[in-house]
Formats: sequence, C-alpha cells, structure tokens
Amino acid sequence: MSKQQEHVDFSQFPNAEGHFGPYGGRFVSETLIFALDELAENYQRLSQDPEFRAEFDRDLAYYVGRPSPLYHAERWSREVGGAQIYLKREDLNHTGAHKVNNTIGQALLAKYMGKKRVIAETGAGQHGVASATVAARLGMECQVFMGEEDIRRQALNVYRMKLLGAEVISVKSGSRTLKDAMNEAMRDWVTNVDDTFYIIGTAAGPHPYPMLVRDFQSVIGREAREQHLEQTGKLPDALVACVGGGSNAIGLFHPFLDDKTVAMYGVEAGGHGVATGEHAAPLSDGTPGVLHGNRTYLMQDEAGQIIHTHSVSAGLDYPGVGPEHSWLKDIGRVNYVAINDDEALDAFRKLTLVEGIMPALESSHAIAYAEKLAATMRPDQSIVVNLSGRGDKDIHTVAGIDGIGID
Amino acid sequence: MSRLAKVFEQLAERGAKALVPYIVAGDPAPQHSVSLMHALVDSGADIIELGVPFSDPMAEGPTIQLAHERALEHHVSLSQVLDMVAAFRQTNADTPVVLMGYTNPVEHMGYSQFAERAKQAGVDGLLTVDMPPEEAGETSQLLRDAGMDNIFLLAPTSSDQRVAKVAALASGYLYCVSLKGVTGAGHLDIDSVREQMQLIRQHSDLPVTVGFGIKDGESASAIAPLCEGVVVGSALVDRLAKWDNAADTDKQIAEAVSLIADIRKAIDAVADV
Repeated sequence: MSKQQEHVDFSQFPNAEGHFGPYGGRFVSETLIFALDELAENYQRLSQDPEFRAEFDRDLAYYVGRPSPLYHAERWSREVGGAQIYLKREDLNHTGAHKVNNTIGQALLAKYMGKKRVIAETGAGQHGVASATVAARLGMECQVFMGEEDIRRQALNVYRMKLLGAEVISVKSGSRTLKDAMNEAMRDWVTNVDDTFYIIGTAAGPHPYPMLVRDFQSVIGREAREQHLEQTGKLPDALVACVGGGSNAIGLFHPFLDDKTVAMYGVEAGGHGVATGEHAAPLSDGTPGVLHGNRTYLMQDEAGQIIHTHSVSAGLDYPGVGPEHSWLKDIGRVNYVAINDDEALDAFRKLTLVEGIMPALESSHAIAYAEKLAATMRPDQSIVVNLSGRGDKDIHTVAGIDGIGID
Repeated sequence: MSRLAKVFEQLAERGAKALVPYIVAGDPAPQHSVSLMHALVDSGADIIELGVPFSDPMAEGPTIQLAHERALEHHVSLSQVLDMVAAFRQTNADTPVVLMGYTNPVEHMGYSQFAERAKQAGVDGLLTVDMPPEEAGETSQLLRDAGMDNIFLLAPTSSDQRVAKVAALASGYLYCVSLKGVTGAGHLDIDSVREQMQLIRQHSDLPVTVGFGIKDGESASAIAPLCEGVVVGSALVDRLAKWDNAADTDKQIAEAVSLIADIRKAIDAVADV
C-alpha cells in the first residue's frame, strides 16, 4: 500500500473525458462519438432523475430480488481457521449473477432514450442471459454476440437466451471468444447506431460505460457495507472479488474506497499459471495499451497485438480489464492477484461440499484467494467475498474435466 | 510543402481528383507489399493508404478483417510496415503514404519513437481509426513536429460542433466516412455524402477524401465530383483475398490493381481531365 496517495477523492473519477488517471477515455471511431455523447448526456440527466432512480430501485427489489444476502460462511471459516468469511450472494439474483444489476440499469436507459433494439456481447453467457431477460421484459429486440468457442463451452446459456427470444450471433473472427464478440458488437453498433442501444457487460469500453456500469453495480458494495456493519458492528478488513472485465469487483469495491482500513483484492484468472503466459491476468502480467475504446492494462505481444488468453472460466477469458482497475492498481488502492484454473476448480468443489453453495467458475477464483487470505488473518477479522454468480452453468465444464459426459 | 499538399495542389490545377487505394501491409504476404504499392501508383493511385495490421480491427467489415488476419499470419508488425515504406521510398519520392490503423500498435511502439521512425521511413501521415481528437493531442503534436500530418475521420453522425473540432486539429486532408457502418458496407448514399460535404466545407479548407462503400468506377465517379479524393479499400483487398501462391505473382498483382486503373479512368472522365 506504500504507493497509495494520501488524498484521492474517488468521487471525482472519471473526469469529464472519462479518464481515470491515464486510463479510460474514448478510443472509438468518429461515427460512435455522437452515440457516446448522447448516452453520457442522458445518463447524466437520468441518474439525477427521481423517477428513473425509483424505477431502477423498484426493479432491483422486486425483479432482481435485492438486497442479496450477506452470508456468514461459518463452517468454511472454521475449517480455514482464520478470518471470518462472508459471502455476498449475487448468485441469488434473478438470472444467477451480478450481471443483471447492470442490464436492468442500461435497459432502463435504453427505454428512456426511446431505443427499440439492444445488443450485447457475452463470454460466459451470463451477461447475454441478463440482457436477453431485460429485453424480453421490456419488449425490445435483442441480439447477443458470442464467440464460437464460448458458444461451445456455454451451451446451456445459449439455449437460455434463445428461449428468452434473443438471437445469438456466433462470432467466428479472431480467437472466437469474448474480445471478438465485443469487436462484432461494436461493428453492429456503428452500423445501427440510430436505433440501437449497446449494453456493455462489464466496467470497460469507451466513456461513459466504465462509469455507468460501476454506478449500477455499486449497489453490491453499498449493501455489503451496510449488512456487514449491521451483522458485526464494524467494517470488513478485506474485500475479495474476481476480475475479468471487473464489473462485480468494482461494484463491491467502489463504496469502500474511502474506508482506508479495508484492504481490497482483485483476483484475476491465472489460467495454467501466470508464469506460463497462458492466462487472462493483464493486471498481474500485462502492460497498458488501448483496446475496445479505453486505455487499460492488456495482454499483448511485443508488437502491440492482443494475444490469446486462457482461463477455465469463459467469463474471465478476456485480455483487458476495466480502466478504473488499472488506475486503482497503479495508485496502490487495490491489490491484484491471480488464481490458477486448478485452484479455482478446487474452490468450486470445496464451497459446494462445505457450504452447499455452488459458485460460478469466475467467482471460484475469488473463493480460492479468500481461503488463502483468510488463513493469514485472525478469527476476529473478516473478509467479504463477492460470490458473483452461481455455478449451474459450469456443471458441464466441471463434469468434462472429471471425464463425465452429461447430456 | 509536404508531399500530400503538393499532390492535392497538382490535382486541383488539373481539375482532377485523388485516387487513394487502401491495402493492408503484408497482405497477402509481406514480400509482395512494396511491389503492390508501386503497381498501385503505376495504375493511377495518387496517395496510398497502407493499413497497419491489428489483431482487433473494430471498424472493419469482414473483407478487411480477413486481410488483417492474413498479414498477422506473417507476424507483420508496425516496425516492418515502416521498413516497407522505406523500401518503397527508394524508388518513389513523390507518392504520399498514409498509415491507417489502430491506436495500440502505435502506442506500444511509443508515439515519439513512432514519429521519428515514420519520418525517416518517408511516411506522410497517420490515421488512427480509434483515436478521435480528444485523445490525440500528444500524437498530433509529435507528428506535426516531425513534419507529418494527422488525418482524422468525419462521420455522417458528426455534428456541426464536432466537424469544427476535428477540422481544427486535422492536417493533410480530412477523411469523410460516407456511411454509418464498417468498411466494405454496401449502402452508399450520395445525397447524404453531399450533405456531409456541405457541413465540412463550412469548417475547413482542407482537401476531403471520401471512403467506405466505394467499390468500382460507377460509385467512385458518383462521389468524386463532391470531394477531392476517393478511397478504395475493400473492393481492392477482396481481389487480394483470392491470392494463390502457386500462380504467377506479377500477373496476380496486375489483375488486382486493374481495378484502380478502371476507377482512375472513371473519375477522370467525370472530372473532364
């Protein structure tokens, strides 16, 4: 934490141009500038509008099922023998992950802005499902771009989106994963920019997306802070969340940034191990660059080409990260660490057996790191882990690793 | 006077329009790029836009995406692209070469190193698709200091205010994107381009080239009277997609660039030169 500056006013970031220090910004082609301006202006206005805010809060309460519980995992905590571990149960949200907090918010923006069609990119399929869900509810046309490789890995969510009336478009360019789905969604948006709202699924992309996704997801941290105070009478000592693009992490972290006693850990996908180069951990082993509309840490080669990433979890398999995380790393406010595929899989099994809660493989990275961290802490200390999604969608993947075919 | 300014001045004196072909450096293979550039000039190109391969070419349609992928199969880097321009310059001192690509490879090389090396290689300008004026301050200054132009895009969605802002920072020429969409899209609308051009003229005296959706003599000659130059990308790149390593190289290059010769004739005919 030695790098941390003394007086950062976190509420002042991003600035008007969407910068978090050197990160963020708006690196898009000219055609999209007007759409981003339109979105920024509408968001500025609507985020202050009592009617909009009330509708958002109502949807979170009665449609998503918020507040999500903060659950004291007592048995697991006892087994680890260190800090008390609390799980923020975003897995209990409607559609099974934190993603819906953001899609509810963005779909409401789309509705207030009079857009009839929404598009989204998806990796694990959770954001695609959450987008298709809100589109179904609001009667909007919805197309979801998904890499061919991810469609194979996440067949259940693909079918779920189809049942919800969305069209899933298979992306066959590049590495055929999340980053290519995002390229294709951008191409669609630039073509249909007049009537289409692009629901970006993570706290990345051109300004104002990183800001508005963070704001919509910050309900996680606001609730967790209040619930932890209520249950224990104090703030947690540490927060742990997995980081792909980083929307669940920024949602948990942001409301705590001013609480200097609260340490924060963002857990990236270490894949086969950071040392092998086969991972998806740009903050642990990447360099700053520009991709998908923002400047941020990236996985890139010596010529500035984006390189293929690897993670057992499709939702973390992305070569970039939200720009606010890059900044929080540089100023030392958040520690970024990596958990390998094997460690995440072990955590998946462990939490399932010990607490009867099956975490998504993405969230399993946070679970695995929390266990390591808790073991170094005292029993009177506590950790809040964001259990960002449930693991039902990953059962095929885990069964496959176990050599079991499920049809 | 810069090579770009000189070309536009000479064309204006003759009442002719600039023909600006776009190819991706290293497509179909790096060893053909310099020959292709010379062949384009011999077929009537006034300026060459040389695409810098990038792994995530967000603004491109399928045709040019595939060209980037073909070039990257040969690991063509920005550094090699600069070497290609230097090689081209050994026998061509006059035809401007503008690099067109995405921010990250340039950022990764470092903007001041890029400016220095590009100048040495004989590059005349840089167009980074995903770097609007808001993010381009430092780059524009470095390019200007090195005597190169920063080319910016204007879109059908650019407001009056935006056009003014872009025009204030741009030099060399302005690149008017003819349609909402990606490169190679098929819905060119002449009336909309005419409106865009009227707006641009209110804010800038720079020459304007129009691109996206210009694929043959007919579309080029419809657009050319409205502006100072036409950019032909996907239609040309599509010919390179059919490249066959087993077939005769010179013949294949000649076949590909014959499109440029055809378009040259067509735009000269309407310009009455």
